[in-house]
Amino acid sequence: MSIEILSRVQFALTVGFHYIYPPLSIGLGLILVIMEGLYLKTGNEMYERMTRFWIKIFALIFGIGVATGIIMEFEFGTNWATYSKYVGDIFGSALAAEGIFAFALESGFLGILLFGWNRVSARVHFFSTVMVFLGSMFSAVWIVVANSWQQTPAGFHIVGEGMHARAEITDFWAMVFNPSSVDRLLHVWVGAFLSGAFFVLSVSAYYIIKEKHVTIAKASFKIALVVAVVFSITQLFTGHKSADGVAKNQPAKLASMEGHFDSSAAADMYLLGWVNNQTQTVRGLKIPGGLSFLVHQNFSAPIQGLNAFAQADRPSQVNAIFQLYHLMVLMGILMIAITVYATWLWRKGILFEKRWLLIAFTWAVWLPQIANQAGWFTAEMGRQPWVVYGLLRTSDALSKTVKANQVIFSLVLFTLVYITLLILFLYLLNKKIKHGPVDDTVKEQIEEGSKRDNPLLVH
Amino acid sequence: MNNFLGIEYNVWWFLVFGAVISGYAILDGFDLGAGALHLFLKKENSRRIALNAIGPVWDGNEVWLVIGGGALFAGFPVAYAAIFSAFYIPFMIFMVGLIWRAVAIEFRSKEPGLKWRWAWDVVYSFACIVIALSLGLMLGNVALGIPLNEEHEFSGTWLTFFNPFSIMVSVTALALFMTHGAIYLAMKTENRLYTKLTILAKNANIFFVVTFGITSLYTLLYIPHLSDKIRSNPVYFILPLLMFLAIANIPRQLNKGKYRYAFISSSVTIATLLAMVAIEVFPNLLYATNNAQNSITITNAASSVKTMKTLLVIALIGTPLVALYTAFVFWTFKGKVTLDEASY
Ligand code: HDD
Ligand code: HEM
Ligand code: HEM
Repeated sequence: MSIEILSRVQFALTVGFHYIYPPLSIGLGLILVIMEGLYLKTGNEMYERMTRFWIKIFALIFGIGVATGIIMEFEFGTNWATYSKYVGDIFGSALAAEGIFAFALESGFLGILLFGWNRVSARVHFFSTVMVFLGSMFSAVWIVVANSWQQTPAGFHIVGEGMHARAEITDFWAMVFNPSSVDRLLHVWVGAFLSGAFFVLSVSAYYIIKEKHVTIAKASFKIALVVAVVFSITQLFTGHKSADGVAKNQPAKLASMEGHFDSSAAADMYLLGWVNNQTQTVRGLKIPGGLSFLVHQNFSAPIQGLNAFAQADRPSQVNAIFQLYHLMVLMGILMIAITVYATWLWRKGILFEKRWLLIAFTWAVWLPQIANQAGWFTAEMGRQPWVVYGLLRTSDALSKTVKANQVIFSLVLFTLVYITLLILFLYLLNKKIKHGPVDDTVKEQIEEGSKRDNPLLVH
Repeated sequence: MNNFLGIEYNVWWFLVFGAVISGYAILDGFDLGAGALHLFLKKENSRRIALNAIGPVWDGNEVWLVIGGGALFAGFPVAYAAIFSAFYIPFMIFMVGLIWRAVAIEFRSKEPGLKWRWAWDVVYSFACIVIALSLGLMLGNVALGIPLNEEHEFSGTWLTFFNPFSIMVSVTALALFMTHGAIYLAMKTENRLYTKLTILAKNANIFFVVTFGITSLYTLLYIPHLSDKIRSNPVYFILPLLMFLAIANIPRQLNKGKYRYAFISSSVTIATLLAMVAIEVFPNLLYATNNAQNSITITNAASSVKTMKTLLVIALIGTPLVALYTAFVFWTFKGKVTLDEASY
């Protein structure tokens, strides 16, 4: 395998693995803020226990998010040295801002969030929870800005030539608010809220089915359901905004997403399909002219197709992009369906009476995870063969001094480490969930137990 | 306008980067040191106290590394690209160390079983040692320089890194962090554990003095150019002087039970040591041993003036904020460690 492929596989592996955790951290953060806010507002002790329980899970997720994020920060330098030189001016600023504004905020207050219950007042604790949540939201801002810049560069000029060419900032705010950053940031945030909400829904549904911790589980379920239903619907709009932006700024990506080759024709929108890159045809279920309608509000308006681009300037994995994109959209539709239905049952007062629905919710935790991964893969593969769209090719972006065998070494190393981590994470998560929140019965047991031995060891 | 207060932007940024790295070494240094000593604490309860002493702060401390990475990337992209791609293998090992440290701290307390906990203790301690050693190894190589081609790309092999000097720096760094960590733990503990830690701190300090002595001697004899500037400029001589005073002060303060002063001393030791390296390498960021022309300097690696101005604004807004809440967190957890149901 070429060093380019190896480096891309390694990048995709490390960032994809990292991206399991950030959306959960951000989304759970939002839900923690709501729960603890309710506790402060009502003084109801049930909300306190609920918050404490979810904080324990949050800690586990956050921990792995941090551990895997550090790799990302340096991987640009280790594997993409030419790219780093090219974009350092821009990318570096965003990463530095992220470190100082976002990560410092979240990890600073994380200590108080996790260990501060008995040391600070309830209000200060709540404040820390809010800060951790805001910190994680900010970190998404900077990282998405950096990534959006490489999708739709703006606010820069190129100095130097050939090997020494690099982008320099001319307008900081134009760089930050490049054409895709706001749309994509909203889309990523909402995707993260959905991850958190469906996670809470899943665990709560499991408790309700097992008839354990039912009070807390039902209350948590309702909080998360509100978040989930609101944001599943919102996501349709932010996704549409993103697609609109892609149509304007990255036509080759849009054409790949729907497998559209012929520039003179109107473009269809597929619900399901299969792209044949050789014959340049798509077979599947479609709304004829659907894409044209979405972009131009006209079913017969032509849309630039892949053939308008030279082979070397357009993505080669058209079918993969097509499938991933449709997978994301499908997940989005399923999320809307399941949450709207559940909300309707709630209005009728029979939310928890359909066992199959609760079972569906325990599995639905996968929907936002799959959508998030598929979304990033669509965005990043659709950007190929450019690492900085239209400016720098992925194949030119590599570290020249790094040899294939070094990348193989690190790739194998990370694969092994991540597999182990994932197994341990799932094992511990499962245990934490089985253990559940401390409710009254467990609390009494612990108080009794403390007379005999050290209850702290239980935790 | 290429300067601010009469100092050029790239020099400012060199200073900022140096300050962030020193901040990282001082802050995460005590976490790593505490981790490296972890297995010397034998009782489960002592280990829990040691872990909870760093529990609420280590993550915040590690962020200094992230900020340092961002600062280097933004201010000196060429250096960021060259250094990390050159140190590919050591850096990967370093990062895997960071992963295992983070998860070991997090996972250890999630099960009550002693076997589980002891296994994670080993992972944790070993990870901290690996991190400290690889940081030292990279520092040694940065001080010494590595071969670079005209494109400022590394032209050696991974064996290049394992030169005697860098290995010595590596061990010295470990010893220094151990001293620093033991002092920090002493500060956070009481009674028997405290006594044990003061002894560990003194032994670690001896370990440090010995390794440091050997490294210095070797440097003076075999790599004289690494102390050129300090020997030729009496003003800089303050640094080694300050450092020797600080090192000597550590056992003295520990004997008096003034661990806070001991902690300041070990922090000063770290800062002066890094300052000396910085003075010696300046204005290079990475010296090319094969041909000085190929060195990466603060001029040829710098990003545009505009970026550095923006960054300086970011740093000026951000640093006080970070200082404020770091202080708040340390203040919240001040005093001796007490275990409660939220602890690890
Ligand atoms: C949508 C949000 C998002 C995205 C796309 C990424 N991250 Fe991330 N990252 C976070 C959101 C986040 C977070 C929510 O802030 C994390 C995850 C959990 C956590 O603890 O913080 C985090 C942790 C985290 C850390 C550890 C910070 C610490 O020590 O506290 C680093 C260095 C990075 N990330 C760097 C990156 C890089 C270089 C990425 C791009 C390739 C990246 N992340 C993608
Ligand atoms: C927001 C921060 C991100 C940045 C700055 C970023 C940047 C990059 C860079 C520099 C590459 C390597 C060059 C290339 O192959 O084009 C890349 C590739 C890739 N990234 Fe991202 N990425 C980010 C987030 C993500 C996330 C969260 C995912 C998925 C979960 C992802 C998925 C991928 C994939 C799959 C590739 C390989 C694509 C291919 O080679 O076809 N990215 N990205
Ligand atoms: C419901 C219909 C949806 C549509 C029409 C849609 C549309 C899009 C489009 C066009 C992109 C590519 C943007 C670009 O390359 O600049 C994208 C990316 C992405 N999508 Fe979606 N999406 C939908 C649902 C979802 C859902 C439900 C999630 C997650 C829960 C999600 C998560 C993501 C992520 C993480 C990315 C990558 C980041 C980005 O480029 O914004 N999407 N989406």
